[in-house]
Amino acid sequence: MSFINYSTREINCKIVYYGPGLCGKTTNLQYIYEKTNPAAKGKLISLATETDRTLFFDFLPLDVGTVRGFKTRFHLYTVPGQVFYDASRKLILKGVDGVIFVADSQEPRMDANIESLENLEQNLLEHGFDLKVIPYVLQLNKRDLPTAVPVEEMLKSLRYKNEPYFEAIAPKGIGVFDTLKACAKQILIELSKK
Amino acid sequence: MGATDLIMYEEEFQKIKDVISKLRVDANANVVFLVDKNGQQIAATGDIESLDTTSLASLTAGNVAATDGLAKLIGEKEFSVLFHEGEKDNIHISIVGGRVILVVIFDERSSLGLVRLRVKRCSEDLTKIFDQIVEKSEKEQAKGGGASAFESPFAEITDEDIDALFKD
Ligand SMILES: Nc1nc2c(ncn2[C@@H]2O[C@H](COP(=O)(O)OP(=O)(O)O)[C@@H](O)[C@H]2O)c(=O)[nH]1
Ligand SMILES: [Mg+2]
Repeated sequence: MSFINYSTREINCKIVYYGPGLCGKTTNLQYIYEKTNPAAKGKLISLATETDRTLFFDFLPLDVGTVRGFKTRFHLYTVPGQVFYDASRKLILKGVDGVIFVADSQEPRMDANIESLENLEQNLLEHGFDLKVIPYVLQLNKRDLPTAVPVEEMLKSLRYKNEPYFEAIAPKGIGVFDTLKACAKQILIELSKK
Repeated sequence: MGATDLIMYEEEFQKIKDVISKLRVDANANVVFLVDKNGQQIAATGDIESLDTTSLASLTAGNVAATDGLAKLIGEKEFSVLFHEGEKDNIHISIVGGRVILVVIFDERSSLGLVRLRVKRCSEDLTKIFDQIVEKSEKEQAKGGGASAFESPFAEITDEDIDALFKD
């Protein structure tokens, strides 16, 4: 649910990075944080356990520029991926404008990807959102790893609705901004229809 | 998409700022700010120069969301007030009109009792304003599918507009 302030001429939108544990959601945000100039970003907040696993969420506010005189800002969130954090995951989807699903390309993680995608669909529904209509992008991450499943095969089991997809190696930044842009674009187009 | 988007116009924004400024003075508080339940800051007043209000807004909303979850688990509708007491500064968090989060930061120059009392009064005023905003937003969005009637700034957004974003 975007927040448009006509008084300050600002618009804020919320993007959530979803996916199974260790697929690279936090790494996406870290890369974006590193590559964005200081004036355009806020603090990267990570509510993590002592072993660096996301406990509640990571949060990064990002100013991306001006559209039609409106300062446009995206709030990027990640969810904790581990199955038992479902209650927290649900909370973070509240008021979401767009979702990026980060899939782990490693062969042994295929079941976890599918399970997480089903969980996303279900949790969105509980907030009254339909994955079929909400702005949505698929990222195939960890393409550099030897057990990476061929793209065609991943798409067969994970592509939900002809959404844009990107191959990525998040720590190197490959595919990171392309993914984000594609999601941002859908959100802004969605806004223009209102 | 889901619920109606929140759209803030000059008139209501000014009213909100007036109400929270008054609350800050009446409650002897350092900072007063308003956040929506999704973590987006709506307005802030007080000594905010040294504060990271964006992070504050997101964490406040996360805090409220987690507490809401706790409430439901034990069969409560919500905990309408949260209070965190520090050595110097304290944070009083309350839900206004079921939708917006009102945060008051204060120190020993004020007291929990005073803050509570003033927040209660202020909440009624804010609820009225937000009811107006929601009504107005719904009306505008219902009008002919929105875009034209509501002059969405994004109505004629182009690919170039979007490509121009993200340029450092
Ligand atoms: N080789 C490789 N490692 C990655 C990639 N993306 C993330 N990782 C690593 O995978 C681990 C988990 O990443 P993290 O972002 O914390 O996962 P999250 O649980 O989804 O937030 C970290 O050690 C990352 O460095 C990738 O594309 N390739
Ligand atoms: Mg993480």
